[in-house]
Amino acid sequence: MAYSNKVLDHYENPRNVGTFSKGSEDVGTGMVGAPACGDVMKLQIKVGANGVIEDAKFKTYGCGSAIASSSLVTEWVKGKTLDEALNIRNTDIAEELALPPVKIHCSILAEDAIKAAVNDYRQKHDSK
Amino acid sequence: MTQLKFPIYLDYSATTPVDPRVAEAMIPYLTEHFGNPASRSHSFGWTAEHAVEDARAQVAALVNCDPKEIIWTSGATESDNLAIKGAAQFYKSRGQHIITVKTEHKAVLDTCRELERQGFEVTYLPVLDNGLIDIEAFKAALRPDTILVSVMLVNNEIGVIQDIVQIGDICREKGIVFHVDAAQATGKVHIDLEALKVDLMSFSAHKTYGPKGIGALYIRRKPRVRLEAQMHGGGHERGFRSGTLATHQIVGMGEAFRLAREEMDAENERILGLRNRLWQGLSDIEEVYLNGDLAARVAHNLNVSFNFVEGESLIMAIKELAVSSGSACTSASLEPSYVLRALGRNDELAHSSIRFTIGRFTTEAEIDFAIKLLHEKIGKLRELSPLWEMFKDGVDLNTVEWAAH
Ligand SMILES: Cc1ncc(COP(=O)(O)O)c(C=O)c1O
Repeated sequence: MAYSNKVLDHYENPRNVGTFSKGSEDVGTGMVGAPACGDVMKLQIKVGANGVIEDAKFKTYGCGSAIASSSLVTEWVKGKTLDEALNIRNTDIAEELALPPVKIHCSILAEDAIKAAVNDYRQKHDSK
Repeated sequence: MTQLKFPIYLDYSATTPVDPRVAEAMIPYLTEHFGNPASRSHSFGWTAEHAVEDARAQVAALVNCDPKEIIWTSGATESDNLAIKGAAQFYKSRGQHIITVKTEHKAVLDTCRELERQGFEVTYLPVLDNGLIDIEAFKAALRPDTILVSVMLVNNEIGVIQDIVQIGDICREKGIVFHVDAAQATGKVHIDLEALKVDLMSFSAHKTYGPKGIGALYIRRKPRVRLEAQMHGGGHERGFRSGTLATHQIVGMGEAFRLAREEMDAENERILGLRNRLWQGLSDIEEVYLNGDLAARVAHNLNVSFNFVEGESLIMAIKELAVSSGSACTSASLEPSYVLRALGRNDELAHSSIRFTIGRFTTEAEIDFAIKLLHEKIGKLRELSPLWEMFKDGVDLNTVEWAAH
């Protein structure tokens, strides 16, 4: 399959690969997908006192499009509030990376990862 | 050291290049000797017919049968269709039950599915975790109304060699027609149809350094096997398969099989050396698994799962190598390889497999390059892999509840 240049760029130079400490108060972790489906994304956000996402990291098991989608999302969420981050749509991701129809699920997974990370962060703080 | 040319071709089970000697043999039959082998009234036809019969003898010689038992088809897909549908339809008054194996090529599996739609019953035998058939399970699947058994000789994904001697003996004793898909076997394992109790065998030229679009079907004469033709027309190939013969393709297949017969012993020894070198070079990577039996396997094939690395992203990472992934992620289905699933491989391993197939033109320098590249890229992709991280943290992935989508 031919990949777009943007997918190749993210794949070859993935941004923000890594891990924050899961237990930290200011970190939200989202893990979505399943090995059975061939992709698993872990997205982490670090949220400042002002409710703005200061930093993000990811690790992804999956095809090039899945890696690129999650790499892109780490760039996009930085500097956004949680609500703004939740407004990122899979269609935006798919469009930015020029994903072919069979790879749309990768962008859906990346959107789900944002939701899961934000939820995790909110749960940590709501339960207080 | 000679300069490496990229990408390095390690996908010889998908197809092979036409050997230059084969291409050379074919060319005159496109231009000069263009006659129709069925033309009986002039020398153009006679020349073409002569070439076709020479090629038939060359194919027969590789598998030790009578040339009269070989008919030309467009490839192994057509041979499988003709053999399985043809025999099932001819013998259906005797019974409606067919046995095949879960790890067969789609040309066999899909043909069997079609026969199920026509009212036949098909048993898809499971395999052991090394990819081989359990003979006891096979015996248990036999029924009084079983009319046909189809088992491949060499598997295209994992290269394992099935025991067609024993299966053939059992089928012959019970009067069941036995078909073998040998598309991946020619030039790789010795085939002796005089000794084997095989009734029908499918061949393809392009897996053995011949051209694409040509194949053959062996149809045993003693004891005689009958088939319903699937392609009707001018009655070529004794009515089994109508259509003007593709002389140049046939000449190519004949020459390719002649070379295979002459060179296979030396070639297999060399290729086995390369395969062992590759496996040795890779097996020091952590969490690497060989798929399929190592002993009952053709020299050319190495199918490996690199745990916690997804196959398609790995193929992207090693773009200097032309290999194929057991995982079918390039299609919309997202299904991991059904062959690896049949071996009982878990999801991660089934999604993480790469098939390396080595061939006539593979060099030691290419293998060494592949080993080095894989070490580097596996490391890089594992840094990216949340599954690898969990594994390293001691998490048992089987206990994780995945948010499947
Ligand atoms: C085992 C097996 N059977 C059948 C085929 C189909 O052969 P052909 O391409 O000649 O139709 C292949 C090749 O993909 C194969 O590997």
